[in-house]
Amino acid sequence: MADSRSDKLLRKDLLGIEDLSKEEIDLILNTADAFKEVLTRDIKKVPTLRGRTVVNLFLEPSTRTRMSFEIAGKRLSADTINISAQASSLVKGESLLDMAKNLEAMNPDFIVIRHPVPGAPHMLARMCRFSVINAGDGAHEHPTQALLDMFTIREKKGQLSGLKIAIVGDITHSRVARSNIYGLTRMGAHVRVIGPPTFIPPYIEDLGVDVKFDLQEGIKDRDIIMMLRIQKERERRNLFPSIREYASLFCLTKERLSRVSEECLIMHPGPINRGVEIEPEVADGKHSVILDQVTNGIAVRMALLYLLLGDKNEA
Amino acid sequence: MKRKLFKGGRLINFANGEDASYDILIAGEKIDRIGRDIPAPKDTEILDCRGYIIAPGLIDMHTHLREPGREDKETIDTGIAAAAAGGFTSIACMPNTSPVNDTASVTEYILGRAREIDSVQVLPIGSITKGLKGDALSEIGELRRAGVVALSDDGQPVRNTDLMRRALEYAGMFDLPVISHCEDLDLAGDGVMNEGRMSTRLGLPGIPSAAEEVMVAREICLSRLTRRPIHIAHVSTSGSVRLIRRAKEEGLPITAEVTPHHLCLTEEAVAGFDPNTKVNPPLRTKEDQEALIKGLQDGTIDVIASDHAPHTLAEKEKEFTYAPFGMIGLETALPLILTRLFHQKFLDLSQIIQKMSLNPARILKLDRGVIAINKIADLTLIDIEKERVIDVGLFKSKARNSPFHGWQVKGYPVMTICRGKIVHTAISQK
Repeated sequence: MADSRSDKLLRKDLLGIEDLSKEEIDLILNTADAFKEVLTRDIKKVPTLRGRTVVNLFLEPSTRTRMSFEIAGKRLSADTINISAQASSLVKGESLLDMAKNLEAMNPDFIVIRHPVPGAPHMLARMCRFSVINAGDGAHEHPTQALLDMFTIREKKGQLSGLKIAIVGDITHSRVARSNIYGLTRMGAHVRVIGPPTFIPPYIEDLGVDVKFDLQEGIKDRDIIMMLRIQKERERRNLFPSIREYASLFCLTKERLSRVSEECLIMHPGPINRGVEIEPEVADGKHSVILDQVTNGIAVRMALLYLLLGDKNEA
Repeated sequence: MKRKLFKGGRLINFANGEDASYDILIAGEKIDRIGRDIPAPKDTEILDCRGYIIAPGLIDMHTHLREPGREDKETIDTGIAAAAAGGFTSIACMPNTSPVNDTASVTEYILGRAREIDSVQVLPIGSITKGLKGDALSEIGELRRAGVVALSDDGQPVRNTDLMRRALEYAGMFDLPVISHCEDLDLAGDGVMNEGRMSTRLGLPGIPSAAEEVMVAREICLSRLTRRPIHIAHVSTSGSVRLIRRAKEEGLPITAEVTPHHLCLTEEAVAGFDPNTKVNPPLRTKEDQEALIKGLQDGTIDVIASDHAPHTLAEKEKEFTYAPFGMIGLETALPLILTRLFHQKFLDLSQIIQKMSLNPARILKLDRGVIAINKIADLTLIDIEKERVIDVGLFKSKARNSPFHGWQVKGYPVMTICRGKIVHTAISQK
């Protein structure tokens, strides 16, 4: 539970944004501010996590998130270890549960887990003593992505409350969309999702968002446009007829962007499909904060590791 | 076998609306006398049943016993023990074993094992299609001769509508009921839970209600075409209840069952990603649950059946998406139903017992489900006030995959009598 007076998160794990309070999110973002300052120093390393071990258990491909966690851990002086799906004992048929028990026997402090299906981090957290950080579980949540997105927005816009945000693309299969919807609405922003109906899950309005199918119409009053990566394999499941038609309807082009405010920010969690959901000129253009997101990811993840250490220091 | 005199139990007999205290004398496999203050003949075991309900033995028309083939999940032996402990005197077992029960020899094997164990009656259900593959009819006549009581491809729909039509027509020659697992596999896709608010929250792929309802509608059309009865297994949506209600109003021979878990849990139970809440059809919404209860009340739904689906701990200890569908139910069905439907005043006792005994007997054409002189003495004694916390550790079933562990329930079966023989008792007689 959050305690606004506390300077630590009073929870063992970070599994999702859905159960984070506004106070907890503020605490993480404020702490990330302090760590971002560290990243501008000549020597970018602090001794906070000396003697601690962070295991990055990535059971699905990832460059950005895995590397970001690794750098965050190293800058805090933790020992970081990376395990990938191909190199893990899971390929020998070991269950996640057994793997977790074996990891636990080696006494790490944190497990950062990326997993292809929802709920895997929750299972790990239920069964093990170490802190679990969800680095993406299927289409469920990607909490550190949403935190770094919120951090970036706050940094550029000064606040989150009252902002108008559009999330564009495959909402149904996006953990980034879910975590951002939970976080941004909790922080008082207004979120709209945009995409073809085949990409909009049922009852999404219950999460406090509105839905538009027309990109131009949907983005015209927005302060932030967050583009999601389109997975080409969805075409086979008839969720859209072709990449070409998808791009013609939903690609964020210079032309479409010319009709929104000068102040509008363009975000993307990466990896980008240039020319599919976003035009290269837009991804690299003046509205884009895509690379700021990547930089901020390190500060946010440092903040989280620090905050989750919580009572372990006092114990 | 020694004669047994059951004294002073509250006898509930739906068939003739009886609900009063009686003595029942059992001689051999049959009921010899029913009356007030029956004097005990010599050499008779007397059982004091005051305070208990005596119901016709419960019949579960939807069980998975896993033997032959998956004895690591459940055997005929452990399944029977679980049934006896749950108050069931007959269980119908689905054919999705390995090998599939699509030939007389498999049916004979199951019946042979059950005969050796000599306890709860086991009623094999044969597969509609060879190997449950959906492309050719099983040898239905042979299965019938070997002793199957119904046909089903449970776990799978029969996708080919023409094949289903022919199965209904052909089975009609033997008067064999056909049980349909209604699921459009294309619509269900890779879904693992109900499609709705919760699947959107959790990011799990959903199975829409329509996946069930389009097949219920198809079966109704086929019943109209062939004039043959179809029993709809595990109805889970309000839309299915509406379709079945209309079909019954039209006079079509459609019957339907619902499981205790669809009456006791909703999709909300999936929130913690507990693989024990993963079941097919999936746990639905509160609105669906209300419609199911309404369907039980107005007779649209005829039967309560467990869909007892045992799995090993290792299989269920996986990530939600990777764990198999199914939960066990034989030992929790009656307590859950009494807690949810009787004590919460949705159904009275005679309705519950009708749906767990007489109606399944009628659908499967069994001479069971009533307590009467000269009938087989299959009885279930129930303590309607007994409160207990469900503990999967105490189950007779080999499996533990129940989401009801730790639930407080009220109303328990305390004795199960099959063909005059006590096969389970929780009563200590003084």
